[in-house]
Amino acid sequence: MDNKVIVAKDLTKKFGNFTAVDHITFDVKQGEIFGFLGANGAGKTTAIKMLTGILSSTSGIAKVAGYDINKERNELKKNIGYMSQKFSLYEDLTLKENIRFYGGIYGLTKKQIVTKTGELIERLRLSHIENTLISEIPLGWKQKIAFSVAILHHPKIVFLDEPTSGVDPITRRQFWNLIYEAAEDGITVFVTTHYMDEAEYCDRISMMVQGKMKAIGSLHELLEKYNAKDMDEVFLKLAR
Amino acid sequence: MKSFRAFVIKEFKHIFRDVRTLVILFGMPIVLVVLFGFAITTEINNAKIAVLDLAHDNYSHRLLDKISSSGYFNIADDLQSYSEIEKSFSQGDIKLAVVIGENFGKKMINEKDADIQIITDASDPNTANIVSGYLTAVIQAFTLETGVVKPPKVTVKSQMLYNPENKSVFMFVPGVMTIILMLVSAMMTSITIAKEKELGTMEILLVSPLKPYVIIIGKIIPYLFLSLINAITILLLGLFVFQIPMHGDYLLLLSEVFLFIVSSLILGLLISAISDTQQAAMLISMLGLMLPTILLSGFIFPISSMPEILQYLSDTLPAKWFIIIIKSIMLKGAGIKVIAFETAFIAIITLILGILTVKKFKIRLE
Repeated sequence: MDNKVIVAKDLTKKFGNFTAVDHITFDVKQGEIFGFLGANGAGKTTAIKMLTGILSSTSGIAKVAGYDINKERNELKKNIGYMSQKFSLYEDLTLKENIRFYGGIYGLTKKQIVTKTGELIERLRLSHIENTLISEIPLGWKQKIAFSVAILHHPKIVFLDEPTSGVDPITRRQFWNLIYEAAEDGITVFVTTHYMDEAEYCDRISMMVQGKMKAIGSLHELLEKYNAKDMDEVFLKLAR
Repeated sequence: MKSFRAFVIKEFKHIFRDVRTLVILFGMPIVLVVLFGFAITTEINNAKIAVLDLAHDNYSHRLLDKISSSGYFNIADDLQSYSEIEKSFSQGDIKLAVVIGENFGKKMINEKDADIQIITDASDPNTANIVSGYLTAVIQAFTLETGVVKPPKVTVKSQMLYNPENKSVFMFVPGVMTIILMLVSAMMTSITIAKEKELGTMEILLVSPLKPYVIIIGKIIPYLFLSLINAITILLLGLFVFQIPMHGDYLLLLSEVFLFIVSSLILGLLISAISDTQQAAMLISMLGLMLPTILLSGFIFPISSMPEILQYLSDTLPAKWFIIIIKSIMLKGAGIKVIAFETAFIAIITLILGILTVKKFKIRLE
C-alpha cells in the first residue's frame, strides 16, 4: 500500500441525473506513468477534477499522495502539479515571471525560485528567451515550459489533462521525453489523452467508457486480453 | 502570505502591460470629467440669436443692449424682415430669434402692453426651452427696470441654494465619478476573472494551494487601489479645475467612496461568476450595469420626471444613492446623520450582493 500514490475506490460523480464518473476503482504506483484514456466526454476531466481537489465527489473515496480528496484538500494541493489542455501560462508575463509566479503560489522561497528557475531554463536551453513574453514564444516550446512549470515544486504526482492536443508529432515525442525524465525523478505522471498511440508510452493504461472504467492494465495485458493489435482496436471493442 | 504577494504582483503586471486597460483606467476618468465639465453643459453662454427689430425706437434699443450685455446671448444676426428669420435658422447656428413688435416703446408707455415674439429652434427641445426661459427672464427684468410697468404685488425671488451659479458641472462630477468607479471596479474586475476562466488559467489556480478566497481578494485588491486613485483624481479635478466647493468632511467622503467601490467590486465578482468569457462579462456589465446606471441614476436625466416604475427601479441602484451622498457631503456639508439612510442602503445592497456572490461561487466549485 505504501508506494501507491493514488488509491480510488468506487469514486463517483453525479451531476443531477447524469453520472459523469461511475464507481471507478483503481490505484497508481509511485513513479508510474499512468495513462487515463477515453473518448471525449467519457468522464476523464471530471475524474481529474475530483482527484485534484477542485470538484467534490458524490460518493466513494480516493486518496491522492496520501490525502483524502474531499477532506484534506489543502495538503493535497501542495503535493500535486497540474497542466490542462488549455494553456496554463500567462501570455503577458515573460518566461521568468511565469516561473516566479508559479513558484510563488506554491510557496517556494525566493532562493528556491531562483535556483529552480535557473535549472529549468538550463534544462530546456531557453536562456536566450528568458525575458521574452510567453505570447511571443512558439507553441511547442510553451507546452514544454508549461509542463516544467507544473513540476517546479517537485510534486508527488503531476496530472496532465490532454497535454499534447494540437501539437505536431515531433514536439509530442519531445514532450514525452520530458515526462520520462520526470518519472525517473520519482514524480508519478497521471496523463489523459485521446491519442490511442500515446498509450504505448505509458506503464499502465486505463480506459474510460461512459463514466465507467472498462479496462486497466499494461499495454501488453490489454492487447492480449482483448485480442487486439493496437489500442485503437481495444478502444473500439470496449466502446461497443 | 508569500503566495498572496506573488498573486497581487502578477495582477498589477497584467494591468500595466495592457494598453487598453491603462487607457480605461487613467485616460477615461480625465476625458469624461473634462468632457462633461466643459463640453456637455446645460448652461447657456453666449448663445447666438437673431434679432428683428421692427420698432427701432429708444426702448427697443435699450432692450437689445440689455440682452447682449446679459452674457447669455450674442446677437449674431440683425434681420430686416420676417422672411429672413427662417433663412437665419437654416443657415446660421442661431438658437433663437426675437422679434420686437412695431411701435414697441409707444405701446409700452401708452397701452402698457407691447409685443415681443420669441422663436426657438425646437429640433433641440431642451436647448429651446432653456434659451427661451433665459430670454424671458431678461425681458422681464427689463420691463421692471424701465418703470413703465408697475411691479406686480407678488415678487418671486428664487435662490439657487448650494449651487448659486447653477453650474451643471456640480452634477456631472459626482456622476462621472460614479460611472468611472463602476467601470473600473465592476467591469474591469469581472473581465479579469472571466479572462482567467477563458484562458484556462483559473483551473491551474484552483488546483494550486491558493485558497479560492485568496484568489478573489488578490483579484480585487489592485482594482480597489486603482479605483481609489481614480476617485481622488476626479475629486481633485472637480475641486481645483471646476471649483466645486467642499463643505463636508474629507474622511467621510472617502469612506463613502470606499463603500461604493466595495459594492461595485462585489457586483463585478457576481458578474464574473455568471460569465465564462471576457465578452460575456463585458456585455453583462455594459448592458446590465453601465447603461442602467447612466440612464437611471439621475446623473443625466432627472429621476423625478421618469415614469413611476423606472423610479422604483432607480431606487435599487447603489449609484443613485451614491450620487446623492457625494452631493450632500460636498455641496451641503452633510454629516453622517444626514446621509445615514443612503449609506445604510448601499451597505445592505452590498451585503445582499455579497451573499449571492458567495453562493454562486460555491455552486460552481461543487
